Amino acid sequence: MLRQISGSIAVAEAIALCRPEVVPCYPITPQTHIVEHISTLVKSGQLKNCSYENVESEFASMSFCIGASAAGSRTYTATASQGLLFMMEAVYNASGLSLPIVMTLGNRSIGAPINIWNDHSDAMSVRDAGWIQLFVESNQQALDVHIQAFKLAEALSLPVMVNMDGFILTHAITRVDMPTQEQVDQFLPAFVARQKLDTDAPLSIGAMVGPDAFTEVRYLAHHKQKEALAVIEQQAAEFHEIFGRDSGGLIKSYFAEHSEIVFVAMGSVIGTMLELIEELRTEGHSVGILSLRSFRPFPANAICNALGNAKQAIIFEKSFAVGMGGVLASEIHMATAGNDLKISSVIGGLGGRTITKKSLGKIVECAMHGELDKEVFLDLEGTTVVKELRRQQEGQSSGPVAENILRDMGVVSASKTL
Amino acid sequence: MFQVRIHGRGGQGVVSASELLSVAAFEEGKFSQSFPSFGSERMGAPVQAFARISDHPITSREPVMEPDMLIIQDPTLFNAINVFEGANTDGYLLINSAKTPEQLGIEDMTDNYPPNHVITMPATELAVKYIKQPKPNTVLLGAFAALSHMVHMPALEKAILEKFPKRIADPNIIATKAGYNLIKQKLEQVQEA
Amino acid sequence: MSKEETSTLNPSSRQTVKFYQTGTFTVGNRLLDEEFRTVQATTERSNSLDSGHRACQGCGQALGARYALDAAMRATDNKIIAANATGCLEVFTTPYPETAWSIPWVHSLFGNVAAVASGIAAALKSKGDSTTRVIAQGGDGGTTDIGFGCLSGMFDRNDDVLYICYDNGGYMNTGVQRSSATPAAARTATTMPVGDNPGSSFNTGKYLPTIAMAHEIPYVATASVHDLHDLERKVEKAMTFRGARYIHINVPCPLGWGSQPAFTIKLSRMGVECGLVPLFEAENGQLTDSTKIRYRIPVEEYLKLQRRFAHVLKPHNTHQLDAIRAIAENNIKRFNLL
Repeated sequence: MLRQISGSIAVAEAIALCRPEVVPCYPITPQTHIVEHISTLVKSGQLKNCSYENVESEFASMSFCIGASAAGSRTYTATASQGLLFMMEAVYNASGLSLPIVMTLGNRSIGAPINIWNDHSDAMSVRDAGWIQLFVESNQQALDVHIQAFKLAEALSLPVMVNMDGFILTHAITRVDMPTQEQVDQFLPAFVARQKLDTDAPLSIGAMVGPDAFTEVRYLAHHKQKEALAVIEQQAAEFHEIFGRDSGGLIKSYFAEHSEIVFVAMGSVIGTMLELIEELRTEGHSVGILSLRSFRPFPANAICNALGNAKQAIIFEKSFAVGMGGVLASEIHMATAGNDLKISSVIGGLGGRTITKKSLGKIVECAMHGELDKEVFLDLEGTTVVKELRRQQEGQSSGPVAENILRDMGVVSASKTL
Repeated sequence: MFQVRIHGRGGQGVVSASELLSVAAFEEGKFSQSFPSFGSERMGAPVQAFARISDHPITSREPVMEPDMLIIQDPTLFNAINVFEGANTDGYLLINSAKTPEQLGIEDMTDNYPPNHVITMPATELAVKYIKQPKPNTVLLGAFAALSHMVHMPALEKAILEKFPKRIADPNIIATKAGYNLIKQKLEQVQEA
Repeated sequence: MSKEETSTLNPSSRQTVKFYQTGTFTVGNRLLDEEFRTVQATTERSNSLDSGHRACQGCGQALGARYALDAAMRATDNKIIAANATGCLEVFTTPYPETAWSIPWVHSLFGNVAAVASGIAAALKSKGDSTTRVIAQGGDGGTTDIGFGCLSGMFDRNDDVLYICYDNGGYMNTGVQRSSATPAAARTATTMPVGDNPGSSFNTGKYLPTIAMAHEIPYVATASVHDLHDLERKVEKAMTFRGARYIHINVPCPLGWGSQPAFTIKLSRMGVECGLVPLFEAENGQLTDSTKIRYRIPVEEYLKLQRRFAHVLKPHNTHQLDAIRAIAENNIKRFNLL
């Protein structure tokens, strides 16, 4: 059924259609509307046989999921940003214990300075945690991919994180096609755990593994993620068959195979890029987009093939490793080693900075003229940065950067001037 | 694609207005999108919200940079921020004020618009009259419909009924109609003249 | 032993006459006629925590855990799932690929066992399983320090979990460091006996049983491994309640306490008899019962068997000894132990 609703409500209703049995929650902007709405669905009886619990922290929330999932329940929660960091130890534990938990990450930056707006720093902070990490471009995809996530998690016995841009998607009201319960039931059968805590078949889970077996356990985790590459594709195809929509999968090419210049990006920025390249292509420019829908497992081969004909790749990222640069860019370098491809890393949209079609257009223009640097910070306010660097060179380098900039501007705090 | 930017202050229903607009457009079978300028909003703080209406799927995620319709819910914002930034002056301008653009001192801006594309109206007063609250959003939505024809009254009514419980929806529908009728009459008078 | 056999055991089939377990008062089960033996001596008893684990000689926690879990098994017709915090109990029972647990058991992290157990309880609830019960267990560090937030949350939500804390007064698994349950003056690797006030500082630390009571959960009890019948009774009683329950068991640690492995039971009893380890029960935040001290002993009798208190008994540290006596005195008054 077509509905005009926010991304959060759409996801909450999709989750309910997946019949989760345990949902612990802890509020953090911008994912909160999702769990709020699930709470209402449980209270109203629309979502039956579901234990919904308000817990005392994100650490408890993921731990609660671990217990529930180990006991054989279909388990879901959502978080963002600092919340993800607060549950970090349990995030690694969930994947280490091979528990098919599904979690929404309403992508948001990480402080300090505290910032509630969207970027991908949180998702990138868990890139080595052993979770499957999927990204969505739109609210329709968010809804669809959550349904796929449960099936994927349970097929692989691995936790799945659906990354959905905070505010930009969670708070945006758009048209979505909400599937029926029958469709979802057809796609996603009831969860039957392979191994669970069961008094009829006692089992010890989470033993201490020493140096004699740890390498093998870790290798097998790696192997399982690689196996997931095929399963993700297969399930996206199955989803397409039942629901008639192209959602999920490893990558999505928008003219990438036949373009000289290709943007590579993840998440909602693809939408703005699509508008841009439509215009550019009408003008006869050879520009395409490669949307990375699965970040973990990393579909290196698919990326390498999709960029086979490209001359330049512009890797657009909403986060970066301080002191290193774009993480995705370096991974694309690795994936395309051997291709005759110029790679530029563009960092943008940090902490909710608006990514405009105009700014992206300038990047493409630079690329067309062969003038795009290897590393670019989109719309960086140069004067502020230069001024602060100069001040630091003068030897006054202590203190938090954000506050130093204010001091330079003659402002002590938002309300006082020096 | 028709793009709308609404400026107001926290508590004036700016975000709800953009949502209602997108739902109304959806009800009419169009593609639409709405979202707020995100932040830890507080009552009284400047707030923006955006809406896009189109016959085709909308993919853009950037805020509305070049609004075809600019709705100013609070004229005190003229002194606080540049609400006109990027405005498409072939489009429309809808201002909640009993004063004329000249009295507001914004004629430099409004003179760029085609005739009858700039409307000032006492929406807060009408809101107080019909919904007993100084929330001008639904009155302005009615005016929006009369001015732009991008959405129509039945769809707006449906959107309001969907979002609010009946006791809140009913007076808001009356307020919307009042806004619609006021502008419709105004435009008809101008045409006759 | 099959499930059917154990389930025929009557939970109340404990000896009617109360005997001490060790020392001069010992009456070995095996010396009694079969009809008078306790369930502990039957061949049909469950063995939740089996032999072959890697605990130290004289480990109080291994003993406490085995009796607590078996009692819970009897009380629930063998329907127990246990979650374990990181710590000695976890490490010595599950040296991969082996396990000493014959019940469904999960270990996740150091600080989250209460939340993991809550999650299990939520899963059982959503599946409509009201017969299977959940136990969370951890040491004092995992309970009073790093796991405290999750535990308090579990109490707050009144989740249907029995939490058992095995209190040996420190982080023994990592090499005997101070926890917030380390007794005042005790020497640990991070509270060495140097300076004017050697050992763990006075007027610090927290006593979790009373904190649990402050949450007004249905049942709180303390126990000690010298009186296993009392421990079993409390566990069985705890299983008659629904909601969050807490049992705090005092378990001597020869390694951390610097005591002889053979003295574990003796020290366990002496802790109670000197007033430093009060045994009591509380329901819904109200004290309901406390175990009277039978033969009161001076605290120094208890302290002198433990190297961690050796400095306290030196002549220049009488102020410390006096302060410890005052703690015992206070316990006796507070919990009505005489």
